[in-house]
Amino acid sequence: MANFAERDEGTLPLWPELAEPDLVRFENVGLRYGIGPEILRDIDFAIPPQSFQFLTGPSGAGKTTLLKLVMQTLKPTRGRVTLFGENVSQHSQAELARLRRKIGIVFQDFRLLDHLTTYENVALPLLVQGRDEASYRAEVIELLRWVGLGDRMHVPPVILSGGEKQRAAIARALIAQPALLLADEPTGNVDPGLARRLLRLFIELNKSGTAVVIATHDLALMDMIDARRLVLAEGQLHVYD
Amino acid sequence: MSTTEPPSAPTLAARLGTLRARLAPTLKSVQSLALKPLLIPRDRVLAPVLPAKSRSGAALMLVIAIMTFLAGLTAGAVHLVADASRDWSRAIAREMTIQVRPSPGRNLEADVAAAADLARRQRVIEDVRVMDRREGDKLLEPWLGTGLDLGDLPVPRLIVLRLAGGAAPDLAGLRTALAERVPNALLDDHKLWLSRLKAMADTLVGIGLMILTLVLMATALAVAFATRGAMAGTAQIIDVLHLVGAEDSYIARQFQGHFLRLGLKGGAAGAVAASVFFVLGGLVFGRVSQVSALEQVEALFGRFSLPVSGYLSVLVIGVLVAVVTGIVSRVTVYRTLRGMEQAQ
Repeated sequence: MANFAERDEGTLPLWPELAEPDLVRFENVGLRYGIGPEILRDIDFAIPPQSFQFLTGPSGAGKTTLLKLVMQTLKPTRGRVTLFGENVSQHSQAELARLRRKIGIVFQDFRLLDHLTTYENVALPLLVQGRDEASYRAEVIELLRWVGLGDRMHVPPVILSGGEKQRAAIARALIAQPALLLADEPTGNVDPGLARRLLRLFIELNKSGTAVVIATHDLALMDMIDARRLVLAEGQLHVYD
Repeated sequence: MSTTEPPSAPTLAARLGTLRARLAPTLKSVQSLALKPLLIPRDRVLAPVLPAKSRSGAALMLVIAIMTFLAGLTAGAVHLVADASRDWSRAIAREMTIQVRPSPGRNLEADVAAAADLARRQRVIEDVRVMDRREGDKLLEPWLGTGLDLGDLPVPRLIVLRLAGGAAPDLAGLRTALAERVPNALLDDHKLWLSRLKAMADTLVGIGLMILTLVLMATALAVAFATRGAMAGTAQIIDVLHLVGAEDSYIARQFQGHFLRLGLKGGAAGAVAASVFFVLGGLVFGRVSQVSALEQVEALFGRFSLPVSGYLSVLVIGVLVAVVTGIVSRVTVYRTLRGMEQAQ
């Protein structure tokens, strides 16, 4: 494994390839289920590279739905979604899988697989890429140590605490070094102290070049830093830069 | 359509280095719970992405084992019947009978001797055996019972002719000669019986093959439903796999491998059980075949002994069921994933 710490930060520019198109762009996007009313309408926003933003709104406003639209696990009923400069409306499942590998996602309920160990959960994004375990073992162990789970890598998620599960979920989202991190209510299940520490972790990740979107309705959390806010209300999105 | 190029390896390495340096102070507090990290042994085997053990998996394996057992029994029975049918055909085709009926004004014993003499002149007939009256009476016992004096009844006398293997007798010539010298004699080449027995055996084999096909179809359907059930139970896993960038083909491979393993285990268990059944059945049948009821069964179906080809058939069915399980699960997974995609 390369000794990253010995590298000089000044010799290589951070994220040189991202001085370009937005990571995510929604244009006039709407979503309805069946013949019901539109639950999201006229959504226009962009997530630039290296940006940091909160996605907020009351419970049930559609924050998770919007994240699903970004991940393309839900298709909009109208409008145009562009991911990493590619219009994804006609993308095949394989092409979408390729783009999803550039996005890390953290769920409020963690969605760790209970039959796998913490190590295997964190390594999952690399495993599905077909990489040999020997090629990523050191990376996964190092990341687990970073997030304070070095001694918990062989245990299944069911015996992890809420905070440990959240850190494992974050590690899984980061292991493939995504350009964009989406976090859905990442502090919803942790105490305020850990919530603050996780927020600092996201800020540091953003400083290192990862664009971050945190979906939350925790006003106290948002008040801790001055960041861009995407506010969902009554099916529409308002952007406050 | 523009595509963002993936960052180069040195860039990635630099990113991680920078990331680690920047995160270090923050992570110190997060790491407060961390104890001595444990290293992962290099030869450790990763757990499969799908849970290896589950209730639905165990139930499916049991279903596959039972289906394979039933299919194996059917295949074995088809083998036994087909073999018995072949034996009957061979035995009957090598035998003919001359029936000499008592006729007023004729000497029955002289007619029997004349008919036997005519038969002996045929080159392809290697043995001519005249059944005496007592033997003939014994043949009637199953119908008329024992202890009767059949001396007053006009019971025909039988002459059994055994043919040399592979030779065709001159039936027309023999019939003509018999008609001239012994007009009350009747030559029976057993063709009617042979065709009836063959038709019955073919019907039994056909029914066996039909049952085998139905069992395989039922297995395929059970596997398809079980796969759907297993997928419903693993919906969260599929969802997570999609979100971490897994392609449908990867997910389908995981399911196919999972169900192929289940199919192989269940198929092997069923095939072994069916083989053991035939081995034990042969042993038990051999010991109790003296019982009169079983004597009749043996006369009809031969000995309860499966040939090697029969055991091979049972083995092939086990493998076939496993392969069907793998293929059906893969098709079902693809269809279900397509359905999930269209529902979005």
